[in-house]
Amino acid sequence: MVTYQESSVNDDKVFKALADPTRRTLLDLLFRRDGQTLKELQVEIAMTRFGVMKHLRILADAHLVVSRRSGREKLHFLNPVPIRAIHDRWIDKYSERRLSALAALKNELETKG
Amino acid sequence: MPNTTTVQVFRIVIKASARAIWEAITKPEWTERYGYGGRVSYDMATDGRFSHKASAEMKSFGLPDEIIVGKVIESDPPRKLVQTWHPLFDPETTAEPHTRLTYEIAEHQGVCTVTITHDATDAPRVAAMVSGGGDPQQGGGGWPWILSDLKSLLETGQRMSGN
Repeated sequence: MVTYQESSVNDDKVFKALADPTRRTLLDLLFRRDGQTLKELQVEIAMTRFGVMKHLRILADAHLVVSRRSGREKLHFLNPVPIRAIHDRWIDKYSERRLSALAALKNELETKG
Repeated sequence: MPNTTTVQVFRIVIKASARAIWEAITKPEWTERYGYGGRVSYDMATDGRFSHKASAEMKSFGLPDEIIVGKVIESDPPRKLVQTWHPLFDPETTAEPHTRLTYEIAEHQGVCTVTITHDATDAPRVAAMVSGGGDPQQGGGGWPWILSDLKSLLETGQRMSGN
């Protein structure tokens, strides 16, 4: 289905964006304090302005970071929505199966006992 | 829970027209079909009243008739809606000041970027509630969960969670 393919294109971007330690650090920094400028983020990461910009662009491309203008400043915000989508599609699916298997086992053991 | 300052931003891309998304946000026959359900009513005039009514299920859990209220600040269908947003379903968040919610819908080639900016200045409990750090089934899904469900409904005709 078209929408599924489009969603998986975005999933690819999210996984690729998350595959880099600097980018995960940037997300952690925004998680701790949302709405930071490039300059503020650059101070916390030992990297050139250009390097941080490049990583922010990849995060923005995956919609993990959204930037908004506030007066003369450009603030970067963590967008948790794609991570929620990955969680729902990939993590819930597997943990639910494991949990339901455990629930079934418990049920079987209890009815036998 | 994220240690949010005041403003949180949530963005999702939905393959639907801006008009369809606008309707899904502002019309009761749509709002009862995704997220936590319940019917909204909007008076789109400036200072017009907004209310989000509890569903029958919510009422059975003892929630009041109106769970969220607010006022329309700016309405530019189907692109932008700015409103205040004040929950009434739990004493701790109700005690906090009214918050400001902005929906922006930008359409390019049949695909829309929907951005929610929630300014919860001096309302840390509201900020925590809408951030989506909790279990969706316990009401902790926040905007990420509601937006994902909206996307699912508009793109596939079905809810994410299959309710």
